[in-house]
Amino acid sequence: MNTDDSSWWPMGDGVLCNAASQTYPSCNTFTHALSFFNKIEGSQATARQTAELLRSVISQQRVPYTNQAGALIDAVKAIGEQLIAANPVELAVGNIVRRVLHIIREEDLSLTTAAIGGLNLSAVSDDENDDDRDGDSTLSAAAVAAAARSTLRPPSLQTLLEDTPVSAAVPQTSSSGGDSEGKSKFSFTAADKSSRSRKLKHDVIEAVNELIQDIVTCHEQIAEQAVEHIHQNEVILTLGSSRTVLEFLFAAKEKKRSFRVFVAEGAPRYQGHLLAKELVARGLQTTLITDSAVFAMISRVNMVIVGAHAVMANGGVIAPVGMNLVALAAQKHAVPFVVLAGSHKLCPLYPHNPEVLLNELRSPSELLDFGEFSDCMDFGSGSGSPLLHVVNPAFDYVPPKLVSLFITDAGGHNPSYMYRLIADYYSADDLVVQRRATAGN
Amino acid sequence: MGAQKKRAAAAAAAARVSEDPDDLARQPLQAILLADSFTTKFRPITLERPKVLLPLVNVPMINYTLAWLEAAGVAEVFVFCCAHSKQVIDYLENSEWFSQPNFTVKTIESHNIISAGDALRLIYEQNVIHGDFVLISGDTVSNMSLTQALQEHKERKKKDNNAVMTMIIKKSKPSPITRQSRLGTDELFMAIDPNTKQLLYYEDKADHSKGTICLDKMLLAENPSISLHNDKQDCYIDICSPEVLSLFTDNFDYQHLRRHFVKGLLLDDIMGYKIFTHEIHSSYAARIDNYRSYDIVSKDIIQRWTYPYVPDVKFCGNRATKLERRGICFTAFNSEIEQSRSAQVGSFTVIGYGTKIGSNSKISDSVIGEGCTIGSNVLIEGSYIWDNVIIEDGCELRHVIVCDGVIMKAGAVLKPGVVLSFKVVIGERFVVPAYSKVSLLQQPTVHDSDEELEYADNSSGTVEFSSIQGTADQSNGEMTSESSEAHKPKLGTGGVGYIWSICEGGQEEEWRHSVAPIPEDKLTELSEAMDDDQELVTQDRTALSTSGELISDSNASEGDDNEDSKDDSVYFEKEVEATFLRAVEENVKVDHVILEVNSLRLSYNMTSADCAGAVFYSMMKLAIKTPHSSASELQQNTANIITTWQKLLKSYLLEIDEEIEIILKFEEMCLESAKEFSPLFARILHILYDKDILQEDAILRWADEKEGADESDKVFVRQSEKFIQWLREASEEED
Repeated sequence: MNTDDSSWWPMGDGVLCNAASQTYPSCNTFTHALSFFNKIEGSQATARQTAELLRSVISQQRVPYTNQAGALIDAVKAIGEQLIAANPVELAVGNIVRRVLHIIREEDLSLTTAAIGGLNLSAVSDDENDDDRDGDSTLSAAAVAAAARSTLRPPSLQTLLEDTPVSAAVPQTSSSGGDSEGKSKFSFTAADKSSRSRKLKHDVIEAVNELIQDIVTCHEQIAEQAVEHIHQNEVILTLGSSRTVLEFLFAAKEKKRSFRVFVAEGAPRYQGHLLAKELVARGLQTTLITDSAVFAMISRVNMVIVGAHAVMANGGVIAPVGMNLVALAAQKHAVPFVVLAGSHKLCPLYPHNPEVLLNELRSPSELLDFGEFSDCMDFGSGSGSPLLHVVNPAFDYVPPKLVSLFITDAGGHNPSYMYRLIADYYSADDLVVQRRATAGN
Repeated sequence: MGAQKKRAAAAAAAARVSEDPDDLARQPLQAILLADSFTTKFRPITLERPKVLLPLVNVPMINYTLAWLEAAGVAEVFVFCCAHSKQVIDYLENSEWFSQPNFTVKTIESHNIISAGDALRLIYEQNVIHGDFVLISGDTVSNMSLTQALQEHKERKKKDNNAVMTMIIKKSKPSPITRQSRLGTDELFMAIDPNTKQLLYYEDKADHSKGTICLDKMLLAENPSISLHNDKQDCYIDICSPEVLSLFTDNFDYQHLRRHFVKGLLLDDIMGYKIFTHEIHSSYAARIDNYRSYDIVSKDIIQRWTYPYVPDVKFCGNRATKLERRGICFTAFNSEIEQSRSAQVGSFTVIGYGTKIGSNSKISDSVIGEGCTIGSNVLIEGSYIWDNVIIEDGCELRHVIVCDGVIMKAGAVLKPGVVLSFKVVIGERFVVPAYSKVSLLQQPTVHDSDEELEYADNSSGTVEFSSIQGTADQSNGEMTSESSEAHKPKLGTGGVGYIWSICEGGQEEEWRHSVAPIPEDKLTELSEAMDDDQELVTQDRTALSTSGELISDSNASEGDDNEDSKDDSVYFEKEVEATFLRAVEENVKVDHVILEVNSLRLSYNMTSADCAGAVFYSMMKLAIKTPHSSASELQQNTANIITTWQKLLKSYLLEIDEEIEIILKFEEMCLESAKEFSPLFARILHILYDKDILQEDAILRWADEKEGADESDKVFVRQSEKFIQWLREASEEED
C-alpha cells in the first residue's frame, strides 16, 4: 500500500512532512498545550482537544484529486505522531488519533462502495434482469452511506450476525484498506472528482464531530446505566477521584437510590478528599478511609466502582496507583470490581507493547517535604549516592482477571470482550502510528 | 495566497487554543535572565563554553530556566549575555526558543560588563522593562509556580510602594558539620519577620569560627517578632519591581546582587525600601553555583524533584528518554544505545543517544552524554560525562566531570573531584590526583583570576599548546600541583593538557565545592573541631555567667587557650592598641580616648577588666617600641608613658579585680611578647604602685594567688619579693 501510495502522491513523502509542519503552525502550540506544562486535567478533556485539533487539521488539508484518503491519513498521522510524542503517558491522545484515522478509512470505503454501487446500478439498469443484484445495489445506493460504519469495518460479531448479506456483497472492500487506492483509480472514471473530494472531507468532519459529541457525552451515557448496577442500601467503595465515577453515583442518587459510599483517599494526591467533598455536597452518605484500610473495609462493601486511566486491548486496566490493591481485596472477598471508562480510554495496544508507557513517575515532593528531608539527601557526604530514594509512580496495572465488569458508553462488557469492542473502533493498520516515510519504502 | 489564508486560519486556531482568561487579564510578565554568573567557579570549563550552556543531565542548563519561565507564565525574557555571548546567542537562535508562541526570547549582548550590577544598569538604560519582572540567572532549575508569589508581591506593592522585591526561599537544612548547605554554598542566616515575611537580615558569609552572628539591636527594637533562620536556601529567583533597576543605577557601586544590593537595601533606612520573602514548600528551586551544586542538582533531577523537568519527559531542547527499571530504582535510557550484555548499568543513571558501553563495565549514579564510547572493564561512579567522550578499557572514574571530546587512554584513573575540560587527553595508566582541574588552556595568572569574571577572549582562546609528551609512569600518582610543574602537561604518555594549580583557598577548601562527596576523614576532622568549639562556647558561657570571684579563676586558665581560641579578645586588643597609638600620635584628649575604648568595649562585649588589660598592654607596647638603649632608659620611658596616660588606665580600674588583671597581663607580656620587661618587672610594679594605679591589696592578692602555683609561674613573684615584703609590712604597720 505504501509504495502504491507514493507513486500516486505527487510530492513524495519527505516533502509531505515538511508541508504538513508548515501548514500547521498551530500544531506546535497544541503540542505544547497537550504536553505536561499546560497540563489539561483528565483524559476526557485531552481526548476532546485532540479530536478538535485533528478536525481543524482535516478541514485545512488541501486534498489532491486522487487518493484523498491517503492525503488525509498522512496529514493526521504526521500531527498524531507529534501529539503522541508530546505526551506519551496520556494514551487517550493516541486513541483519538487512531480513531480519526479509522474514520477516514471508513468514510473513504463507504464512498467507494457508493461509487461502485452507482456503477453497479447503472450496469444493472442496463440489464434489468437479476433480482438478486438489483436488491443488493439498491441497498448500497440508499443505505451504504448511513450503514457504512457497520458494514465496512472488519467484521465484528454483531455485524456478522446482523448484516450477513451486505458484508458478503462487498467482501473485497472489507479485506484491506490497501485496495482503496485501486478503487479510487476506478472511481476516477466514474464519479465527479471535485464533488467527491468535498464529500469525503465533509463526511470525515461530520464523523469527527460525532466522535467529539461522543466524548463530550460519555459521562452521561455511562451514568445512564447507573441504576442497573447500584441497588438500594448497597455500599459502594471507590478509590481516588474520577469524574466518571462521580457522575455515575450522582445518577443513581438522582434516581432515588439510597446507598453509601466508601472513599479511599488515594494517596499521595489525596483526590479522594475532593470526591468525598463533592459527594457530600450532593447529599450522599460518604465515609472517607485511608488506602491502607481498604482490606479491612472490603467485607462490608457490595461493589467496587472505580475509574480508569486507560483500558488496554486485553482488558487490563491502567488506573491510579493503589488500584491493584483494591482489586485484589475485592477478589479475596468476592466483591464485584467494576471499571467505568469512556470509549476514548479504550486503547488498542496491549500492555506489553513497548510503545505503551505504563507508568509515570511523578515528583517525590508529593510524598514528603523536601525541606524536612533535605539532610537525608545531602549527597555531599558518604559514598555520594543518596541513601534515601523516593519513588512516586502514578499508575497501577490491574490484570483483566481481577476486573468483573467494564461499563463504557456502549454498555457493560466482560474483560474478555474488550478486544472485540476495540476492533470496532480501530483499524488494524493504525495500531502503530508512524508515517510511511519511516515505515515503508 | 491559499497558503497564506491557511496560515492565518491556523494562527487563529492557535489563538483559540491558547486563549486563557487569566493570561489576558494580567499584563505580560517579563524576566531578565543573566546568562553569565560573573564568577570563576566553573573554570576551567567556562573558559571555553559559557556556564549556561553546560549540559545538566544532557540538557544545557539554560533550557531548564527558559522552560520554567515559559511554564510560569512569563511572556518576554531578556537574556543578558556577556562572556561567550556569541555561543549563547547562536545556541538560542538554533533552538526552539525563538519560535515559541506567547513566549519571546530577546538577547542583550555586552562585552565590557563585569558584574550583575552593571548588567542591570545596562538593561535599565535600554528601557525595555515596563513592569514587575523576574530576575533569574541562567543556571537556575525550578518547577515552582509563580502565581502566588507574584500575587503576594503585587498586593504588597499596592499597599506599600517601598516593597520592591520578593525573594524566593526554600527550606533546606545546612550540614551541622561542614557549615554549608547541601548545594555547597555557605550557611545562610536570614532574619525574617514571621508575620509580614519581610527580610530583615541576610548574611551568607558569617564567620563560623566565632560561632556568633551580630544583629543590629534596632532590629529587635523595631520589630515585635523576628525569626532567625539558618535552614533556608536562597533560590536566587527574585520578583522585582521596576524600581530595582533604577536603584542599581542610583547606586553605581552595587555589583553583586546579594552582597551589595540586598545588604545595601537592608542597611539603608533612609529610602526605606523593603525586601520580602516567599517560601516554597512542595516545589523545587536551586541554583547551580559550584561543582557541588552541579552534582546535587543533577541528582535531584534524576530523582525527579524537578518534575516535570526530568529526562524522560520531553520539554524544549531535550529528547525524551525511556525509563527502565533497574532493581528497585529507575534508570533513564535512550533506545539507541549499544550496551554489551555483561555491562552493568546501575540505578539513577542517564545514558544519552548513540553511546556504546563495552563488556564488564560498571556504571552507577552517573550521567553519560551522547555519542560516548566506553570500553570494557571501565568503572564509572557518580560521574558526569558529556558528549563524544572516549573512555578506553580499564579506566576508573569516580565523582568526576568529563567534558566533551575527552579521550582517556586505557587504564587511566581519575580520582574524586577531578574536572577534565574539553578535549583533554589522559595518557595510558595515568592517575590524575584528586581535585585537580585539567584543561587544554593554561591557567591564567593569579591576577586574572582575581577578577570576578568568567571572561575569556575567544580570540586568545586557542592558546598554542604543544603536545609535549609527559614523562610517563615516573610521575604517576606523585603529581603535586606546584606551580612550576603545573604548567608542564604531565598527563602520561600521549596526554594533552595542563593540570591547573589550585588557587585561592588552596587544597583546604577545594573539597567543599567539588563534585566529589566530602571524604570521611574530613568529616571526622571537622566534627572533632566542632566538638572543641562547643566546649569552648560552654566555657565562655560559664565565664560570663559567674560572678566576680570566679573570673580570676577563668583568667588564670585563659593563659593557655587565649591565643588560639579567643580570637575576639585578640581583635579587641588590636583595636584598642590602634586607638591608643593614634591617640598618642595625634595628641587626642584622654577623655576622647576613654570614649573610644568604651565604644570598642561595647561592640566586642568585653568587661572593663579586659579594657584595662588591653590599655595597659598597648601602653607597654608603646614603651617598648620607643627607642631605648638600656634597661634603665626603658624603665624611664615606661614611667613617662604611665604618667601621661594614667587617667586613661584608671578609668577602667574600678575594682581590685581589674588591677589584678593588669598584673597578670604584665606577667604574661614579660613571659611572652615583651621579654625585655622581665628584668624590670619589680620596678615597674613599683612605679604602678607609686602612681596609685595599683593598690597594695591588689598586689598582695596577686602574690597570695601565686603562692600555690608552679615554680615556673612564680618567677616574678620572687623577683618582686622584696617589694611585696615591704608592702606587707607597711600594711601591718598601718594596722
